[in-house]
Amino acid sequence: MSIMEYNGGSVIAMVGKDCVAIASDLRLGNQALGISSNFQKIFPVTDRIYVGLPGLATDVTTLRERFRYRVNMYTIKEEREIEPETFAHLVSSTLYEHRFGPYFIEPVMAGLSKTPSGGLKPFIAATDLIGCLNFAKDFVVAGTASSKLYGVAEGLWEPGLEPEDLFETISQTILNAVDRDAYSGWGCIVHVITKDKVVSRTLKGRMD
Amino acid sequence: MPDMVPMSVAQPQERQFNPYSDNGGTILAVAGANFSVIAGDTRQSEGYSIQTRYAPKVFRLTDKAVLAVNGFAADGNMFVKKVKQRLEWYRHAHSKDMPLRAVARLIQSMLYARRFFPYYVYNILGGIEEDGSGAVYSFDPVGSYEREACRAAGAASSLVQPFLDNQIYFKNQTPAPGTSHPAHLALTDVLALVIDSFTSATERHIEVGDGLEMYVVLAKGSPLQGLELVQGVQEMSTTTDGERVFIVRRNLKRD
Amino acid sequence: MASSSVYSSPGFDFSNQLRNNFLSEKGLPLPKATSTGTTIVGCLFEDGIVLGADTRATEGPIVADKNCEKIHYISESIRCCGAGTAADTEFTTALISSNIELHALHTGRKPRVVTAMTMLKQMLFQYQGHIGAALVLGGVDATGPNLFTIHPHGSTDKLPYVTMGSGSLAAMAVFESSWRPNMSRDEALTLVKHAISAGIFNDLGSGSNVDACIITATHTEMLRNVEMPNQRVEKEKKYGFRRGTTAWKRETVKSLIVEEEITHVLGEAMDTT
Repeated sequence: MSIMEYNGGSVIAMVGKDCVAIASDLRLGNQALGISSNFQKIFPVTDRIYVGLPGLATDVTTLRERFRYRVNMYTIKEEREIEPETFAHLVSSTLYEHRFGPYFIEPVMAGLSKTPSGGLKPFIAATDLIGCLNFAKDFVVAGTASSKLYGVAEGLWEPGLEPEDLFETISQTILNAVDRDAYSGWGCIVHVITKDKVVSRTLKGRMD
Repeated sequence: MPDMVPMSVAQPQERQFNPYSDNGGTILAVAGANFSVIAGDTRQSEGYSIQTRYAPKVFRLTDKAVLAVNGFAADGNMFVKKVKQRLEWYRHAHSKDMPLRAVARLIQSMLYARRFFPYYVYNILGGIEEDGSGAVYSFDPVGSYEREACRAAGAASSLVQPFLDNQIYFKNQTPAPGTSHPAHLALTDVLALVIDSFTSATERHIEVGDGLEMYVVLAKGSPLQGLELVQGVQEMSTTTDGERVFIVRRNLKRD
Repeated sequence: MASSSVYSSPGFDFSNQLRNNFLSEKGLPLPKATSTGTTIVGCLFEDGIVLGADTRATEGPIVADKNCEKIHYISESIRCCGAGTAADTEFTTALISSNIELHALHTGRKPRVVTAMTMLKQMLFQYQGHIGAALVLGGVDATGPNLFTIHPHGSTDKLPYVTMGSGSLAAMAVFESSWRPNMSRDEALTLVKHAISAGIFNDLGSGSNVDACIITATHTEMLRNVEMPNQRVEKEKKYGFRRGTTAWKRETVKSLIVEEEITHVLGEAMDTT
C-alpha cells in the first residue's frame, strides 16, 4: 500500500481538434472505505486552463491553494493571464522544489494556448510527483487507475476528434478504467474546453 | 564485517531461495456464439532482458480445447505438458476427446493439488462446449475458475481488460434509441479487437511485444465465418469433420 | 513552510520531510518517480562528438512517454544526455546550463566541457547520490572535443566512447565491436544509431526512436528522431462512438469571451463634479 493509493482517484486529459478535454473520478476514500462521492480534483486555473490533482487528498487542497497563489502573483506581476506552457513549468518547479519531501500528487494539465497568429492550440501535459514534465500529443493519465487508463486510451483515442466526439471518447475511457479500479470511481466529471466555451458534465456510471 | 563478529554473539542468519520468476507477457481469450479466440504474445522476458522473442504461451490441447498459460514460464510449460498427458490418457481410456468443461475441472484439480507450492501461472482455457457454444474459462494460480465471455491475464491485463469490457460487453455504452447491443460479436470483429488490444498493450507495456499468436476454435459444422480471408491463417486440427482449430500469427513491435 | 513573503529562498524545500518520514515509518513506501530506463551514448570522431539517446520514459513496466527528449542543452556546443530519475536529469542539466551561461558571460569566453563536468560532479557529490542523474556529457571547446560520463554519486570518466543507462551493455557491445579512432562524421553517426538501436530492441527499459546530436567546433546539429523504427501500425478498427453513447446527469456551460468590442457612447461626458 503506497501513499498514492491512500485516498484514491484518477485523472486523464486528451487532445481533440481545436479542443481539449480533462476528466476525473469523484471518489475520496480512506483506503478501501469510500468517504465522499463528490470530491473535486480538477480545478480551473484560468478560463482556458484546467489542472487535475490526483493523489493524497491533503496535498490536493494544499497544492490547489499554492498554485492559486502563484498564478495570482504571476498575473499581477506580468499583467496578463498565464499561458498553459508557462503554468506547466510553474507546476513542475513547485513540485521539484520539494524533491526531497514531495507532495504526493501527479498533476495533469489541459488548456488552450495562444499562438502568435492569434489562434488557439490544444495543450496537455502531466508530471510525476517530483515534477518531471510529460508533453504528449495524444493523451496523459495519472492516479490509481493509470495503467487501466493507458490501456483503454491507447485503444480508443484517435486524432482529430470534434468536441462532442472527444467528450464521448474521454468519457468512455475514464468510465471503463475506473470500473476496474477499486480506488477510483464513485462518479466522474468531464470538462471539454473549446475556444468559446467550457462544457462540464457529470457522468452517469456505476457507483460501486 | 561479518568475519569480525565473534562466534559467541553471532546472530542467526536467514537465507532464502526464490524458486519463482516473472516472465512477463499477456494472454487473452474471447468466446463467440460458436467460436473461441485464444491469443497471447510470444515475448519471454526477465527483468529488462528479453530471453526469447518466440516462446509460445498458447497451446492446442485437443481439437476443441486451447490453453493459454502466463506467468512463470517454466511452471507454465510443465503444467501444459502434464495437462496434455492427462488428456492423452483420457483419450486412450474413452476413445474420445475430453469435453471442455471436464478439461476445466481437471485443470482446477491439478492446480489445487499444488495449493502450497503452486504453479505460478494464470491459465485461460478456450474452446467449444459439448452444446457447440464458444467458451472461455479463466483460472487463478491455485485453481479458482469461472466461465466467462472474455478475459485478459498477465502483465498487461490491467490495460486490456477494461478495453474489452467496453468493446465486448459494451459496458458504459447506451445503445442508440430503439436498438440493443449484440450478445455475440462476429469472428472478424473479435479478431480485430484482439489485434488492437495487443498493439495497444505493446505501446504501453514494456514486457509485451515481438509476436502475436491467435488460435481460433470453430464449432463442429460451423462455416469459416470470414476466417478464410484472414492472411496467414493455418489449420491445426486433426480432422475437418469435428471442431476445427486455426492459428493466425501477427508481428508486434520489437522495442 | 509557506511564508507570508512573496520571496522564498532558492533551492530545495524540506518542509514535507517530517510528515513524509512519519508516513514511511507507518509502513507506507514512497512512490516511484518517472525514470528513464534509457540507452544513452556518446562517441568521439575525427572532428567532434556524436551523442545519442532513445526516447522512452517509464514508470515501472509502463511506458509514460513514448517520445521524450533525453539530450539536454547545456550550451551551444555542449550537450548532455540524461539517464536515471527523469526529473533529476531535467532540472540538474537546466541548472548547470543556466550557470554555464552566467559563467560564459562573466568570463567572456566560450564555456568548456570540463567546466560543465566539474559543476555537475560537484553538485551530484554534494547530494551524495540522492539526485539520481547518470549523465553523458559531450561537447567541443577551446581544448577540442571532450566526452565524459558522470555517475549519480559524482564520479566521472573521460573516454573516447561511452554508454549509460539500462541499455548501456547492449550499446557498449556495438561500440566495442565497431568503434575505431578518427571515424568520419557519417560513420560515427551510423555507429551511434546502431548502438542506440541495440538498446531500443534488446533492453526493455529503452524504446521508440533514436535522437542524435553532432557537435563540431563550428556547428551543432540536433537530430531529433533521426530514426523512427517503432511507429504504431494502423489499428484494425475505428473506435469513434455514436454521439449520445455516454449517459450524463448534469451539464454546465461556461461561455467565454472570444472577442470584445468597445463602443464609445457619443454625447456629453458625464458630469463628475
